[in-house]
Amino acid sequence: MKIESGNSLWSDAWLRLKKNRMAFISLWIVVGIILSSFLIPIIGEIFAPKDEAYRAEHYWFKDPDKQSLANKFQGPSGNHWLGTDQAGRDLFSRLLYGGQVSLLVGLLATLISMAIGICYGAISGYKGGKTDSILMRIVDVLYGLPFLVIVILFSVFIKAWAQQSVGFLKNDWGWGEGLINITVNYLPLCVAIGILGWYTMARVVRSQVLSSKKLEYVEAAVSLGLSHKNILFKQILPNLLGPIIVYTTLTIPGFILTEAGLSYLGLGVESPNSSWGLLLQEGANYMETQPRLLIVPSIVFALTLLALNFLGDGLRDALDPKASKD
Amino acid sequence: MLKIIINRLLQGIVVIACLFTITFFLVRKLPGDALTSEKELSAEAKKAYNEKYDFDKPVTTQYRIAIAKLFEGDLRESTKTGQPVSKIIAHSFPTSVVLGVTGMFVAICIGIPAGIISALKKNSYIDYSTMLIAMIGISVPTFVIGPLIAKFIGSNVPFLKVAGWGDPFDWVLPSITLGLGTGAYLARITRAGMLDVLSQDYIRTAQAKGVPQQMIITKHALKGGLIPSIAYIGPAFAMLITGSFIVETIFQAPGMGQHFVNATKNRDPFLLQGIVLLFGTLIVVVNIASDIALMFLNPRLRQEENA
Repeated sequence: MKIESGNSLWSDAWLRLKKNRMAFISLWIVVGIILSSFLIPIIGEIFAPKDEAYRAEHYWFKDPDKQSLANKFQGPSGNHWLGTDQAGRDLFSRLLYGGQVSLLVGLLATLISMAIGICYGAISGYKGGKTDSILMRIVDVLYGLPFLVIVILFSVFIKAWAQQSVGFLKNDWGWGEGLINITVNYLPLCVAIGILGWYTMARVVRSQVLSSKKLEYVEAAVSLGLSHKNILFKQILPNLLGPIIVYTTLTIPGFILTEAGLSYLGLGVESPNSSWGLLLQEGANYMETQPRLLIVPSIVFALTLLALNFLGDGLRDALDPKASKD
Repeated sequence: MLKIIINRLLQGIVVIACLFTITFFLVRKLPGDALTSEKELSAEAKKAYNEKYDFDKPVTTQYRIAIAKLFEGDLRESTKTGQPVSKIIAHSFPTSVVLGVTGMFVAICIGIPAGIISALKKNSYIDYSTMLIAMIGISVPTFVIGPLIAKFIGSNVPFLKVAGWGDPFDWVLPSITLGLGTGAYLARITRAGMLDVLSQDYIRTAQAKGVPQQMIITKHALKGGLIPSIAYIGPAFAMLITGSFIVETIFQAPGMGQHFVNATKNRDPFLLQGIVLLFGTLIVVVNIASDIALMFLNPRLRQEENA
C-alpha cells in the first residue's frame, strides 16, 4: 500500500509564494542584485590586467577607487558603462561595491538584532510572570527612544572607540589594512543598528513562545523531563522559524535604509569607501548638472528596497497566513 | 482611565531619564572633545575651558551637576560656538515643528483617502495600483525622493525654491518629501483597518436592513475603520519631527536636524543633550496625547480600562 505523503509547511509555503507574482518577481530581483554585487566584482578582479593604465583604458571592470580628474563627469560609454563621477571614478564598479557594503551592513545588523531579539523574546515568553513583565517594560521604554538619534549617538561612540584601538589591532594582533578599514568604517554601523533594532523581533518571538508554551508537544517535552534550555531552544524555537524568517526579511530593508541615511548625513560610511547612501549623497550634490549620478543609484537602491519589501510581504502571506492583512 | 494616563506619564519620565543618561555617558566617554581639532590652544586656555564646563571633575560629579542644572532649567551652552543651548533650540525648533506638521498634513491628505478608496474597491485595479504606489512610497527613502523632487519639480516651478526657508511656499517641497513615506504607511494601515471593519457583523446587519452603502461607510465603517490610522498618527508625528534631519539637509531648512548632526560631529555635549532631551520630551508628550485621544474615540478601549 502506498502512503500518501503530506505537504510540509515549507513546500506549502513555496507554492503559495510562487502564486504571488509580485513576491516571486521580487525574489529573482533580490537574488539578481545580490549575485551581481558580489560575483561581478570578483570575476572582474580575477581577470583584471596587472597594468593599471591599460585597465583604466580598455578593461571593462574598473578599479572603483581609481581617480582620474581628466575623466570626470563622463557620460556612459563602452569604456565606462555608467559613466564616471566627480573624481573620474567608474560609477558601475562603485555601484557594485557600494551594493556589497549596503547589503552586508544590512544583513549583519539584522543578524545581530535577530540574535538579541530572539533570545530576549524567547526568555521573556518562556519564563512568563514577573520576569516577563519586567523585560517587556524595559522594551516599552526602549521603544520610546528616537531610533535614528540613538543609532547616530551609538555609532559615533563605537566608531571613536574602534579608531582608538586601531594601533592596538595593528601592532598586537597584526591585522591588515583591509580588516582595520572594515572594523573602523562598517562594523560600528552594523553593531549600533543591530544592538538597537531588536525590540520588535523580541515582541514577535515573545508572543509566539507565550502561545506555543501551552501546546501539547511542549507538555510532552516537559513530562519527558527535558531541561528548560532544551525545550526552549530545541523544541519551541524551531517551530517559530516561519515568523522569524518573515520578520527578518522585513527588517533587512529597514536597516539598509538606516545605513544609507547615516551615510547620507556624513555619519556613516565615509569616502573613499563606497556605499549606496554615499553615492546618493554625492549624486544629490551634482544633480543640477549631472542628474545621471543621482538617478542611477536611486533606481538601483529603490528597486532593491522595493523588492525586499515585496518579498517580505509575500513570505508573510506564504509562511504565516494568519498574520497577513488580507 | 486616569490610572492609565498616570502610568503612561511615569513610563514617559523613565524614557526621558534613560535618554538623558545614555546621551550623557556616551558623549562623556567619547575620546576627544570639541577642542581636539583646535590644537593651537595653550595649556591654560584648555584648563580654563575644562574648568568652565566642569570637564575636569569625575564623570559622576558631572552627571550630578548636569541633573541639578537641568532642574534649574539651565541647558548651558554650546562648547563650540558659546551660544546658549536654549537659544539655539528656540531658533530652530519652530522650523522642525512646521516641517513636521505640514509633513503630517501631506501624509494624512494622501494616505487616508487612498486607504479608504482601496479598501472599498478591494481587489480591483485601483486597489492594486494604490497599494503598489504605497509600497514604493514605503521603500523609497526621503533622500532619494527629495533630490528627485527638487530636481524635477523645484527646478521647473518658478515659485517653489529648492533650498531655503523664507515664506510658506518654501515649505511645500520639503513637506511633500517628508510626508510621502508616512502617507504610504497610513494608506496601508487605513486599508487594513477599513477591511477589518467592513467584514464585521454590524456592517452586514446594516446592509441587510437596506441602509444605503454611502451611509454605511460614512456613519458606521469610518468610525471604527480609522482607529488604527489615528493610533499610528501620534507616534508617526513624533517620528517625523525627530527624524526630519535628512529632509532638512536636502532642502537646507534651518531646523534642529543640522544642529544635531553638527553637534554629533563636533562632540558638543550640552547642545547634544539639550536637543536629545527635547526630542525625548516631544515623543513622550505626543504619545500620551495620542493615547488619550484614542481612549476618547474608542469606547471599547475605555470600557476595558474601567473594568
